[in-house]
Amino acid sequence: MAELNMADALNLALNQEMENDESVVVLGEDVGVDGGVFRVTDGLLERYGERRVIDSPVAETALAGVSVGLAINGLKPVCEMQFSGFSYQGFHQMEAHAARMRWRTRGGHTVPMVLRMPYGAGVHALEHHSESKEVFYAHTPGLKMVIPSTPRNARALLVSAIRDPDPVVFFEPKAVYRAFREEVPDEEETLPLGESRIAREGDDLTMISYGAMLHRTLEAADTLAEEDGVEAEVIDLLSLSPLDHARFAESARRTGRVVIVHEAHRSFGPAGEIMARLIEDAFYYLEAPVRRVTGFDTIVPLFAREQAYLPDQERILAAARGVLND
Amino acid sequence: MPRKRVRLEHAVEYLSILDEKGRVDEKLEPQIDKETLLDIHRTMLLSRRLDERMLTLQRQGRIGTFAPAKGQEASQVAAMAALTGNDWFVPAFRETAAMLWRGTPPENLLLYNAGYSEGGAIEEGTHDLPISIPVASQIPHAVGIGYASGLRERDEVTITFFGDGATSEGDFHEALNVASVLKTPVIFLCQNNHWAISMPRGRQSESRTLAQKGLAYAIPSLQVDGNDVLAVYSAVQEAAQRARDGEGPTLIECVTYRLTVHTTADDPSKYRDEEEVEKWQEREPITRLQTYLKKKRWLSDKQIDKLEKEIEEQVDEAWKTAHERIESLNDSQVIFDHGYAEMPDYLESQRQSFADRLKEGE
Repeated sequence: MAELNMADALNLALNQEMENDESVVVLGEDVGVDGGVFRVTDGLLERYGERRVIDSPVAETALAGVSVGLAINGLKPVCEMQFSGFSYQGFHQMEAHAARMRWRTRGGHTVPMVLRMPYGAGVHALEHHSESKEVFYAHTPGLKMVIPSTPRNARALLVSAIRDPDPVVFFEPKAVYRAFREEVPDEEETLPLGESRIAREGDDLTMISYGAMLHRTLEAADTLAEEDGVEAEVIDLLSLSPLDHARFAESARRTGRVVIVHEAHRSFGPAGEIMARLIEDAFYYLEAPVRRVTGFDTIVPLFAREQAYLPDQERILAAARGVLND
Repeated sequence: MPRKRVRLEHAVEYLSILDEKGRVDEKLEPQIDKETLLDIHRTMLLSRRLDERMLTLQRQGRIGTFAPAKGQEASQVAAMAALTGNDWFVPAFRETAAMLWRGTPPENLLLYNAGYSEGGAIEEGTHDLPISIPVASQIPHAVGIGYASGLRERDEVTITFFGDGATSEGDFHEALNVASVLKTPVIFLCQNNHWAISMPRGRQSESRTLAQKGLAYAIPSLQVDGNDVLAVYSAVQEAAQRARDGEGPTLIECVTYRLTVHTTADDPSKYRDEEEVEKWQEREPITRLQTYLKKKRWLSDKQIDKLEKEIEEQVDEAWKTAHERIESLNDSQVIFDHGYAEMPDYLESQRQSFADRLKEGE
């Protein structure tokens, strides 16, 4: 058991999976000698050599497309996109091939790959380095879409993603990489993909979030307890696809009031889908209209104004109090 | 500090062994045994006749849009014949002849073209990829497969097919660059058939050859007469040897011609002259191979007639089988299968509601 930040916890997952299974290979830009721009792949090159830790030319289409080929021919590639904002050049490989190969060949070929990438705002980065466009992947049949929130669940989910027989897109909240440490067991730990967790228990209000915004949601929940005497249940989705709708529908039926928080854009965003599921599964139990606190439908601003874009305590609390008073 | 010419490692060569008049360069003539050559001939002819039948079936509304291989049979079959069944085959969408060489049953092609994904099913363990429709997008897969063969120490070469239009795509360039840097055992086979739907080769690229695009990535690259079975076979054999010797990838530009439509959805008379087609008809690969085989006395007109009959029966039989299978494939619930290793609950509930609706309709 060691206190690790999320970057180190992900590194532990990669190390142990590469140790346990020689078919696991890592590829990406600057993942070898440099150890990745966020150091997630640090030390892998020295331990596993340049044939299994591939420093790639700058070529996102090739990275995603080559990973499809590696996976078809018996390997388990863990491919890093340096930032999610650069992943779109590889997106067509994920949509046109990774997601479809099993279906197209009626199970003859499969693509057990992981496409991991840092996403989200809050670290004073350049344009194209702060987006949160998980819906592109969550919308695509054939892919799974995972977003951890803490060092421990990041490690366990990455291990599960590597072992999964289908392509998994793994978004890492870069604002959380070094934000805090958590006890992470040395021994192997996995978490089932598609299963959410209750990050805070409560019966008065359901708050649904994931990734970096989970922490702002938890902070708001604590304020509500202190200032309003309201106990909010906070659900950490962990996967957007498959989406654990049973868990939040159950919570919504119990509390009757729901707020959804994410930094992705509002229109056609994850909250829209979650609200639709709530209408299908919990409509008659709702005491108030569901509210969502999201990134705006603007380009994610340059870093001087990124906090204006992100859901903050004021917006989250206003939405929660609105739902409670409706 | 003079300004001087930078010498590149490679230059582009053009290879032709059997010309359209049936003349052979004996110094370059590869040693291909009679049985293999007759197999190549048979597969080319089968592909041609299947294409023709599919065109008729499409016009009758029995199957959907497809891309005929007519005119490109030598580039495809001779290339595959120079490789083993254990080597990997990564096609684009016009590789009917190559697929037939690999053993894809003609009825599967018919079934696929009739709109049933069952026709695209690939048996587990087979080293064939399914057809890939987005232009050039399959090329990076070949690089990954090739890299994995190397890492797993398997004696496998990967060949991928694409057209002249694909060499304008980023996927092509990224894949070539990565393959060269990683020295992967891959053969990039460009079938330059002169037309990307309505875009002529001359407007696709100002490059004098498409092969020279490989030189930018330090990949040995050559141009071959793509309607010449002997030249294609030799070039692929040599590239495969290089790959097996750990020397990395090769780019081969097969100069050939699309003798018919791009797909059944277009009308070439809108964008190209019949005279050009007629000129290429004279360079047509099947007749040329027949001339060669006849000279060797390995094939006679009588044998060709017999073979044509056999193939006609085979194509009849394939359509009969495909048609029977279509009649039996009346459960559309299969669209939910093979999305994931295990069907997620939300998909299972969608499938269930679809099934319930079917029941209500009964």
